Amino acid sequence: MNPYLFGYLGAAILALSALSLTRKNPVHAVLYMIVMFFHLAVLYLGLGAEFLAAVQIIVYAGAILVLFLFVIMVLNIKEEMEGERFSGGWPFGIAIASGLFLLVVLITGNIVPGQQGPYTPGVIAAQTNTKLVGTLLYTQYIFPFEIASLILLVAVVGAIVLAKKKLR
Amino acid sequence: MFRTQVMVILPEVLLAVSAMAILLLDLVIKRKSVFALLTCAAAAFAFFAVTGAQGAAWGGMFIADGYSSFFKAIFLISLVLPAASSAGYLDVERAGHGEYYALMLFATTGMMVMASAGDLITVYLGLELMSLSLYVLAGFMRGSTRSNEAALKYFLLGSFASALLLFGISLTYGLTGSTEIGAVASYIMSHGLSGNPALAFATILYVAAFGFKIAAVPFHMWAPDVYEGSPTPVTAFMSVGPKAAGFAVIGRVLMLALGPMTFEWTGLIIALSILSMVAGNILAIAQTNIKRMLAYSSIAHAGYVLLGIAAGGAEGLASAMSYLFIYAFMNIGAFTVVTLLTTEGVNAEDLEEYSGLSKTHPLLAALMLIFMFSLTGIPPTAGFAGKFYLFSTVINAGYLWLAVIAVLMSVVSAFFYLRVVMYMYMREPGHREHRMERSFGARLALGITALAVLALGLMPAGLIDLARSAAANFKG
Amino acid sequence: MDLLYNAVFRPETYSPLIQVLIILAKALVVVGVLMLHVTYATYFERKSIGHMQVRLGPMRVGPHGLLQPIADFIKLFFKEDIIPASADKPIFFIAPAISIFAGMTAISVIPFFSGFVVANINIGLLFIFAMSSLNAYGVVLAGWASNSKYSFLGGLRSSAQVISYEIAMGLSLVGVMMMAGSLNLSEIVRAQQRFPGGFFWPQALGFFVFMVAAFAETNRTPFDLPEAESELVAGYFTEYSGMRFALFYVAEYIGMIVMSLVGITCFLGGWNGPFAIPYLPFAWLFIKLYLFIFFFYWVRATLPRYRYDQLMALGWKLLIPLALLNIIGTGLVKMLLKG
Repeated sequence: MNPYLFGYLGAAILALSALSLTRKNPVHAVLYMIVMFFHLAVLYLGLGAEFLAAVQIIVYAGAILVLFLFVIMVLNIKEEMEGERFSGGWPFGIAIASGLFLLVVLITGNIVPGQQGPYTPGVIAAQTNTKLVGTLLYTQYIFPFEIASLILLVAVVGAIVLAKKKLR
Repeated sequence: MFRTQVMVILPEVLLAVSAMAILLLDLVIKRKSVFALLTCAAAAFAFFAVTGAQGAAWGGMFIADGYSSFFKAIFLISLVLPAASSAGYLDVERAGHGEYYALMLFATTGMMVMASAGDLITVYLGLELMSLSLYVLAGFMRGSTRSNEAALKYFLLGSFASALLLFGISLTYGLTGSTEIGAVASYIMSHGLSGNPALAFATILYVAAFGFKIAAVPFHMWAPDVYEGSPTPVTAFMSVGPKAAGFAVIGRVLMLALGPMTFEWTGLIIALSILSMVAGNILAIAQTNIKRMLAYSSIAHAGYVLLGIAAGGAEGLASAMSYLFIYAFMNIGAFTVVTLLTTEGVNAEDLEEYSGLSKTHPLLAALMLIFMFSLTGIPPTAGFAGKFYLFSTVINAGYLWLAVIAVLMSVVSAFFYLRVVMYMYMREPGHREHRMERSFGARLALGITALAVLALGLMPAGLIDLARSAAANFKG
Repeated sequence: MDLLYNAVFRPETYSPLIQVLIILAKALVVVGVLMLHVTYATYFERKSIGHMQVRLGPMRVGPHGLLQPIADFIKLFFKEDIIPASADKPIFFIAPAISIFAGMTAISVIPFFSGFVVANINIGLLFIFAMSSLNAYGVVLAGWASNSKYSFLGGLRSSAQVISYEIAMGLSLVGVMMMAGSLNLSEIVRAQQRFPGGFFWPQALGFFVFMVAAFAETNRTPFDLPEAESELVAGYFTEYSGMRFALFYVAEYIGMIVMSLVGITCFLGGWNGPFAIPYLPFAWLFIKLYLFIFFFYWVRATLPRYRYDQLMALGWKLLIPLALLNIIGTGLVKMLLKG
């Protein structure tokens, strides 16, 4: 991946995340998040994970954030915008976050890439990312895949249980 | 090939399938207590399947061994007893829906996957399956603001813990190129990564994430509110199962995968343990709500069990496991008493409600007395046997001072446990008459827990031998 | 002639700079053709619906009203651009652009004839899903930013509708992906050569689900609830006027054309036809496109609008189960044929 492209994407993702955190208008915050997801998708594309990139846009930008908007739009935005953006404890939060960040910075020098798996960029390009992801999900990773499907089922059932107006 | 693999995960399959069956049957069956029975039956079948299913499946992603079987037994106990006592309670709270039992089964499936995880991916997915089900269960009493608050708090903080776990996993994967627990350990060993600071950071993240699940201080903030707001049987369920599951993965991830690390995570565990014992026991004194008090007590108990992990080795792990097993019975027993006293308009959570219980319901008061004695660690109850074994292991491992702190804190804990007894036996019944809910399942659960607490207190040897053989693979 | 052939079919023989130029030229051609089609699709719609309702449709501007779209365009272009005082301006401006952008970008992966596609990417079908899901933003944001009740209701309706039908549409195309073994649209077309009539017969169920979902995705009758004029004035673009209004209008027709092209490419054999038409390799594609578009109009003239709860019930309780059934069936048949 081109280092300049990566630099741009990294900086943009950070800036957009910060913007979406600090906006008082929740709709604007979601919009910054969408743009951030696009940058993330491009990052995946640059790594040769085209399937992941497409899914990132379809699922996150296309479905989840539309739902976000849907909910936010029903809120009373004027009321939201009058209060403070952050609750009183934010300096404490920032302190913890920057502490964690400092730790991450300190350890970056010690990150040595581990062993390379069998799926190098060459192999992925030859078989296409989509096919490879599909094959692996349904063979080697079928067990985690099924557990993930149970998680989704629980999420669906849970959402209905908690939100439905009248259960029977 | 495929068939043998399915045989290994048969217990999990049984639970998941019965959960889905309950979701479907819910449409046609109107008597919801049927599902309590179904849940217990599924758990019983799963229990037999656990004893039969041994081996590794899916390239080592799932390992069913003695270690996982022991934990699965704990999970199934912590599923059956609250499930049996749920039916009446849910009717009282008007939250009797089939989904309740399905979610309990799903949560248990998640725990079992965690205990059997041979791969960090499986650890994470099992944890999510368990947690998501629990978030919903915590908020199951939809009309109650406390229940809603509990669900929301648990969800937000729980997602944060999951994020920390994922961060830790990604660091581990980046450094070792594998997510398989065995492969991670051997890669660390063969490539001299045991002193790597980045991996040490990952370890801290793991400790934080699992510390959240077992509610150890300083990751305990959610516990009192969530325990208080959730439906009481759910509180009983989540004070045992997820905690045990958290310890199961601590054994797998910290002791196996990161076993070769020279980074002293034991020190971290000891710190968590001391903080949990001290904060849990001291804060419990100030509580007047019995569910909150039991929440702080469960934080303190997480501290005790962490001692076993800190002691290390197969023996330390075995003592932690046997203590968890005993804890399951005594804690669920105490919550079941609260469940039984919850009737129309009475939530039986304030300590005052227990005034003079011995006069109106002598048997119930006596059982509560047994549980309170056991939680304190007074012989001849199981709590004493468990603590004795645990503390002696800690001393043998060379941490005499730790054991001294633990004993001191147990003495402190006597204050608030015995206060309940004092209310029951030395006060006159209050203005309100005690009513007991007439649920057969809850009474049965109460009887079983009380019997188990006494039996394990008198004859703990069998349990300890079982735990020893289950933990034998962990040299630590 | 050789030069042109190479430029169209084998751009890799040129240097990178010229390759970029070739892609730009292709894109320009596609956009030009597309805009022309959009313009006359409006005329076609008014004429065909007019005749179905025993009217004549536009007759005044030019012979048989042939210049009517151009007159419309000029009128809209010179109209005053009104922006509501309490609108959220940046979003109000961006919304129509998002709609147009998403529609046009989706066209870039559609193969018009063997070898002619602006961007021949491996995940073509997924790309189209991605773009069509973005389409929702234009509508939702327009509805919200206008700060008007009608627009807002239109936006809400649209977001729920599009998300629900997106799932059905995605699932309906899974059968096609399974049969073709690829997400590349050119590959999908080539895979259909073995079947007479393309994947239409083997994937009839999928095609049905796809068509219904396509109507909902493009907000066409009978699913035009987001812009139901009898209840919501014009729905999400009530507050728009002039050129911005025209952009939404164009986006709707582009959406219709994209959906038709996807349907043709995935189910009806793409650029292939019963026999080859010399010198016009794209002829069959366009013939099918016109039939498709006519079908959209025909349905509009025939069916009344659905009620909102009916729309949701149809999507979740009929189309998604049907699409899942189709996937299971396709998988089973594939497995049986294999071994």
